Amino acid sequence: MMSINAARVGAVIRKELTEFRRSRFVVATMVVVPLVFLVFPTVAILAQHPAGPSASLDQGVGFFLTYLLVIPVLIPSTIAAYSVVGEREQGTLEPMLTTPVSREEILIGKAAAVLIPSVGIAYLVLGIFLAVLRFGADPLVAAAVWHSPYLLAQVFFIPLLAGWAIWICLAISSKASDIRVAQQLGALASLPPIALTLLLSYQVINSTLILAASLVGALLVIDCAAYLLVSRLFDRERLVSGTKPGSA
Amino acid sequence: MGSDDGALEHSGSGRRYGAAAGQQDWVGPAAIEVSHLTKKFGGRTAVADVSFSVARGEVFGFLGPNGAGKTTTVRILGTLIAPTSGSAVVAGFPLTQASAAEIRQRISVMPEAPGLYRRLTVTENLEFFARLYGLAHREARIKESLAAVNLSDRANDSCGSLSKGLRQRVALARTLLSDPAVMFLDEPTTGLDPVAAHEVHGLIAALRDRGVTVFLTTHRLDEAERLCDRVAIMNSSLRTIGRPDELRQALFSRSLAVSTAKPLARPDQVFAGLSAVHGWRAAGPAGGGLAGLSAVQGWRATDPPGGDAAGGDPAAGGTAGYLLTVTDPAQAAPGVTRALVAAGADVLSITESRHTLEDVYLELLNDQEGQS
Repeated sequence: MMSINAARVGAVIRKELTEFRRSRFVVATMVVVPLVFLVFPTVAILAQHPAGPSASLDQGVGFFLTYLLVIPVLIPSTIAAYSVVGEREQGTLEPMLTTPVSREEILIGKAAAVLIPSVGIAYLVLGIFLAVLRFGADPLVAAAVWHSPYLLAQVFFIPLLAGWAIWICLAISSKASDIRVAQQLGALASLPPIALTLLLSYQVINSTLILAASLVGALLVIDCAAYLLVSRLFDRERLVSGTKPGSA
Repeated sequence: MGSDDGALEHSGSGRRYGAAAGQQDWVGPAAIEVSHLTKKFGGRTAVADVSFSVARGEVFGFLGPNGAGKTTTVRILGTLIAPTSGSAVVAGFPLTQASAAEIRQRISVMPEAPGLYRRLTVTENLEFFARLYGLAHREARIKESLAAVNLSDRANDSCGSLSKGLRQRVALARTLLSDPAVMFLDEPTTGLDPVAAHEVHGLIAALRDRGVTVFLTTHRLDEAERLCDRVAIMNSSLRTIGRPDELRQALFSRSLAVSTAKPLARPDQVFAGLSAVHGWRAAGPAGGGLAGLSAVQGWRATDPPGGDAAGGDPAAGGTAGYLLTVTDPAQAAPGVTRALVAAGADVLSITESRHTLEDVYLELLNDQEGQS
């Protein structure tokens, strides 16, 4: 197992974040996506008046909270898809690959650079949502949100779902030769967790503590497996020449 | 390790690169040793059974037409792709997966495309690579590298705003950054104006003086001839390797280029009696004629004189040129001069006709085309 040099990982993170900050597309994605997915649940929950049965209120609260989970899936899928293929298009991949940096260091650096803002924004949006709820919503609705099991689930699901999207999109980006194709495929790949989120929101799947714990566990396993898969795909020869290593 | 963490050092009016990092880390005669290297992509053989060695501190030119396998060879030696068969030693380490990181620490590769992060400034680009190499005193290294390519005043410019030539210089500064023992430069002067290209040539010469091994891939044969100690000409397989002078001598006879004010009336009589001259041919009128000499490629003593045997029409007047095949131009020149004067010719010049590396290159590739 290759040792990971934290300084090199840090260099990759720093470089990626600087590039993101100066990319209009990335900045727009990081602003527009959270806004779009914040406005609807916020407005809707402010309009909630708990006249009906509490089960109906819980269902509504669950829907709005799981709706917010789309953010940590969509933002990284858009940015991570650009990550490797963007380097290839700029011609920067080859110079980087001839330095002592290992592929694990590159991958961890790139993944962390996407994970940090994505998770940060997702938690920020959740915080804004809760703040608005605290000061603007009906007290009964606010109480329902604070006591909802979905709220705790958010804390765990946000980084895990972001991890899913990042590794899948890095895998796609490593294979793709065009940024648009990579981003479109990345968006497609983020559909399964979004679909699962919606099924939970609409209570097609009944959310229980056991189910939530199982999903957390499954996502952890998937994230780890995806890292190993991407690590194998991220081969210098494959990236530079487009052929399988040692192919003859 | 090299001196002062391999920092750049001043030398005279310019700056010269410091002793290469890792340069003293290995013991062995060659910086690069390649043995029967072959690389196949599917059914296509990009590099076929190539063997050569590059001495430490040598500037080695790697020439060949597009698709000849030059870049593939550089990528193999740069640990980017694995050979299908064969072996190599780079900077003292065998080219294996286990030692790839050690090799990468000691080499730097400048690909044909500058490969810069366009949204980052020049300094940020170099800073990133300095961190990847784990360099100490990064700021000083970056400043020195930029100074070496005369880009200090553009340090804070965004790379996206730079011209192609300036980007090429930034890429070169990036290559210098780690103070490598072996540098692979792929077309380093592509897109540079003559002044900038001249500066790069000076930099490469300075690197050689400091003992850095430079593996130079180029299409510019004049550049290779001027800079390289030895050159290899590739076309999937290695066509030839040697010093430019050796290659010229191996392929072409030595010759004297004679220019006269008027065409000789009987050139056969003038040259046939000279024992030092093994053959001759008209090389067209001088003026136009001397330019024509360089176009006579691959002519040998055994070639029959052809074309305008008189080297120009005596009745028409004007200057004339002749190319004489000799063993030793310096030894033959006095006799040729005397013979010409005796024949009443007004001699404008007698010089050794030098075939260029381009002549060698074209001759080899033409030979290969003829064989195939």
